[in-house]
Amino acid sequence: MAINYDKVKVEVTNLEKHFGKNQVLKGVDLTVYEGEVLCIIGPSGGGKSTFLRCLNALEEATGGKIVIDGYEITDKKSVDINKVRQNIGMVFQQFNLFPHKTVKENIMLAPVDCKLLTKEEAEEKAIELLKRVGLEEKKDAYPRSLSGGQQQRVAIARALAMNPDIMLFDEPTSALDPEMVGEVLNVMKELAEQGMTMVVVTHEMGFAREVADRVIMVADGIIAEEATPEELFDNPKSQRAKDFLAAVL
Amino acid sequence: MVAILSTYGDLLLQAMGKTLTMAFYSLIFACIIGLIFGVLSVLKNKVCKAIAQIFVDVIRGVPMIVLAYFVFFGIPYACKNLLGFNFTLSALEAGIICLSLNCGAYMAEIIRAGIQSVPSGQMEAARSLGLSYWTAMRQIVLPQAIRTMIPSIINQFIITLKDTSILSIIGFPELVNSAKSVVAITFKSFQVWAIVGVMYLIVITILSKIAKVLERRLNNYGH
Repeated sequence: MAINYDKVKVEVTNLEKHFGKNQVLKGVDLTVYEGEVLCIIGPSGGGKSTFLRCLNALEEATGGKIVIDGYEITDKKSVDINKVRQNIGMVFQQFNLFPHKTVKENIMLAPVDCKLLTKEEAEEKAIELLKRVGLEEKKDAYPRSLSGGQQQRVAIARALAMNPDIMLFDEPTSALDPEMVGEVLNVMKELAEQGMTMVVVTHEMGFAREVADRVIMVADGIIAEEATPEELFDNPKSQRAKDFLAAVL
Repeated sequence: MVAILSTYGDLLLQAMGKTLTMAFYSLIFACIIGLIFGVLSVLKNKVCKAIAQIFVDVIRGVPMIVLAYFVFFGIPYACKNLLGFNFTLSALEAGIICLSLNCGAYMAEIIRAGIQSVPSGQMEAARSLGLSYWTAMRQIVLPQAIRTMIPSIINQFIITLKDTSILSIIGFPELVNSAKSVVAITFKSFQVWAIVGVMYLIVITILSKIAKVLERRLNNYGH
């Protein structure tokens, strides 16, 4: 699927985030286009997760502007953040499935509660999504009985149930046993091929290189380098990126 | 012992019924009070937090006997002499108010701790799907919090059931008060208080067992 450069999905201008006196983001600018897969890499504590969490306002920006699909979410009074979030799926490092609900109920909950679908439609959708992530037979299981990889695939299905335009992934494979990383990355790869706009914070350099249209490296609260995966991995320009890649590759 | 039971058994059973009635209403109100102040204390808003904290501190800091005298005698006195209208509470009403406030304060703390024991990722996941704060609280956080709170809540219920005996001091004919009358008539302290003790023991044991079953039922997901 081609990237539609006429349609901006995410526009971030001079984003800043402070936690008390600690400034985690020091002016980040970024544009993400429709259908683009953007990977964010960088050292721990560099601000990449904080940046991602600002995009759906799980963290409140302390400066700058974020526009998602035309809604300026940093202007709290002008937007209904719940409405905007319905269009942004998010997948977490720790899965965060709801343990007191079955796999199917996890997926059905939000579309029914937000009155997007009736119960019957949501159930149909849940089954269809579970087929897509290869877990149809687990529909009545509770999350606790699933492996990490299975839980993360359910979490992806849960996010997709809202029919989001944009998917955010916050280190989706970092909490997984090595043998389960592949199954989750494959689901993400399929999603990318279907044209989903994706912003992925990841330590999986192989995935970033193969799937991303663009990679940014966030370190010390700024974008240290922004390039295509080939350029960034094979020929990094900044010293920060060179050091980081030398350490992880 | 048999003589006491055959003569005063009905009276004592009725008194036990009154004790249970008082405990029952108090527990319902305590749950509501506890839920309100427990949720207030986890909100970001500082005023809400402060209100909840003050309520809990005040109620926990005052002995229930003092609270009972204050509600039963103090408030009607204030209404009559300071505010100029007549207002009285029955012993049952005053008792329920005291127990509800007292148990409610402890329940608020239990509920606060229970909510905070749910990982923050649960709220975040729910919010990221577009649910409002209150929907997420109701659908995702509270159901999980309640499961962890159950043992403490049951414990608090049992304490409250026993605390009804303190309210014999404002003259409500619950079990302890009625037993005092029986002792006054028969002079058989040992037998009467033994019977009363066993009555409490039976009721509370039954309640504990029911609670255990309930706890198991609610906690079995995913195992």
